[in-house]
Amino acid sequence: MTGQFEMDIQVGQVIPPLQRTIRLTDMVAYAGDRPARDRLGGGPMTEGVAIVEVAESDLGVTNQTILGLQTQAITRALADAGLTLRDVDGLATSGISRFSATQLADWLGIQPQWTDSTFAGGSAYEMYVARAAQAIRAGQATTVVISFASNQRSARSRSLAGVVEDHTPEAQFETPYAPLYPISYYAMVAQRYLHEFGATREQLAEIAVAAREWALLNPKAFRYGAGPLSVEEVLAAPMVSSPLTVADCCLVTDGGGAVVLTSSERARDLRATPVEVLGYGERTTNTSMTAVDDLTVSGAAGAVTDALARAGLTIDDIDVFEVYDSFTITVALTLEALGVCGRGEALDFIQGGRIRPGGQLPLNTNGGGLSYCHPGQYGVLLLVEAVRQLRGECGPRQVAGARTALAHGTGGIFSTHATVILGVDR
Amino acid sequence: MNLPPVPAPDAVTAGWWEATREHRLTVQRCTACSRPQHPPRSICIHCGRTDALRLDDAAGTGVVDSFTVVHRAPFPDLEVPYVIARVRLDEGVICLTRLTNADPDSWRIGDRVRVDWIDLPDGRALPVFVPAPAEPPR
Repeated sequence: MTGQFEMDIQVGQVIPPLQRTIRLTDMVAYAGDRPARDRLGGGPMTEGVAIVEVAESDLGVTNQTILGLQTQAITRALADAGLTLRDVDGLATSGISRFSATQLADWLGIQPQWTDSTFAGGSAYEMYVARAAQAIRAGQATTVVISFASNQRSARSRSLAGVVEDHTPEAQFETPYAPLYPISYYAMVAQRYLHEFGATREQLAEIAVAAREWALLNPKAFRYGAGPLSVEEVLAAPMVSSPLTVADCCLVTDGGGAVVLTSSERARDLRATPVEVLGYGERTTNTSMTAVDDLTVSGAAGAVTDALARAGLTIDDIDVFEVYDSFTITVALTLEALGVCGRGEALDFIQGGRIRPGGQLPLNTNGGGLSYCHPGQYGVLLLVEAVRQLRGECGPRQVAGARTALAHGTGGIFSTHATVILGVDR
Repeated sequence: MNLPPVPAPDAVTAGWWEATREHRLTVQRCTACSRPQHPPRSICIHCGRTDALRLDDAAGTGVVDSFTVVHRAPFPDLEVPYVIARVRLDEGVICLTRLTNADPDSWRIGDRVRVDWIDLPDGRALPVFVPAPAEPPR
């Protein structure tokens, strides 16, 4: 009976494309071949801001510190971009300490004129892209670094109970029952979803199976070389919080990444192919396990709708999808929010290899949080893979001719939802 | 049943926890718009009033909205498996809770439940839910 969330979805506010305020740059090649793009007036709008480089830190089990891993990712990205820390005047990060961006600035020895440490779990990095684009367009920053890293596997810092703050309502009304956080919430979503739509755990397992297939093509993936995963293996894996087994849950690894943004204009003078920020959107829905009335509806739909509207694209225009796969069920709800299939149809939709390598819907092409890397706030690595796909750098897992990519982050317990749409002119 | 410690009530939740001492389950309701909410807050999430909230006794019955059987203990000394659930009270709000007094694997979404209490060392009690007979014919 929480009204607010339902209302949010029903009203489905559509933000008009920012045609007047955004320079179309010289991406005329986009106007091209697709009816949807023609209908929308000749191509996607860019925000006038581009990602100029991305990098990963070491991944897996690193025995490094958080700031050490951050340093790896940031210095690798800047070096590849032909930039130095002296060029960086904007910084966005979280998960380091209470003063995350401040801490990182101090560590790097810089004094940025813009920072953001919005704490929104795994979707924060997609939110940072939006805020960084706005800061760059407003002239508050010229070159922004977005980064994240965690050493949660080597440091054994992950707890099944999650982090509970005693002064929150959840500490009084939820934690006393000892739910696993966040697993038990996603488990209740899965239970409700399977019940409501008559779907099966076997069908849900396909999401983990497909992620493994992609990971087998990615030498950086934690499960690279682990061999394929079968539906039977997913179902037979140890149960954690029913109906989710260990194999329905993302990995717990170290890892991190960095993303460097600047104006599209400045990006053209740099080394690598700029990847334009075409659109973004977000929704924030809940911290408690009881606020959302219908567990099978995710706030992702609003975020995706806004991002597509800003980009002047439809979902059919997207070539590659990188969506947060904290759990198999996360992907099912997100696919429905994306509008690639109807409500309750995701698990039918993905059968027959549709999201596996070579399938019609290239999804989580690095192997995802399920089989590649999951350092806790995986959102930054969604952006890393989206950019690499758009640059054609992905070797055997490359999606041929990918020119548009959608990255969608989900944080907390389906709490925060943020979408970024990226495009490249090639 | 081993449970984690329950934090002390605060200015907003004191009345709700006080009622549990008498095994009364309450739901906060706004007297201005008459809609319920849970957990108790200092503002009505439906109409925004801050001066019209009161705690009403709930019927103590509801239906299982969803549940999960937890097989890995998040704290030491916690016995598994146990059942975490969202119960939709007949008043309309959803509570996070435990389902007890039945085989963990026997629960189904839509099951009717009624409140039961686990007494806490400080005199408060924690509401959990147990199987209830199906609704009597009207």
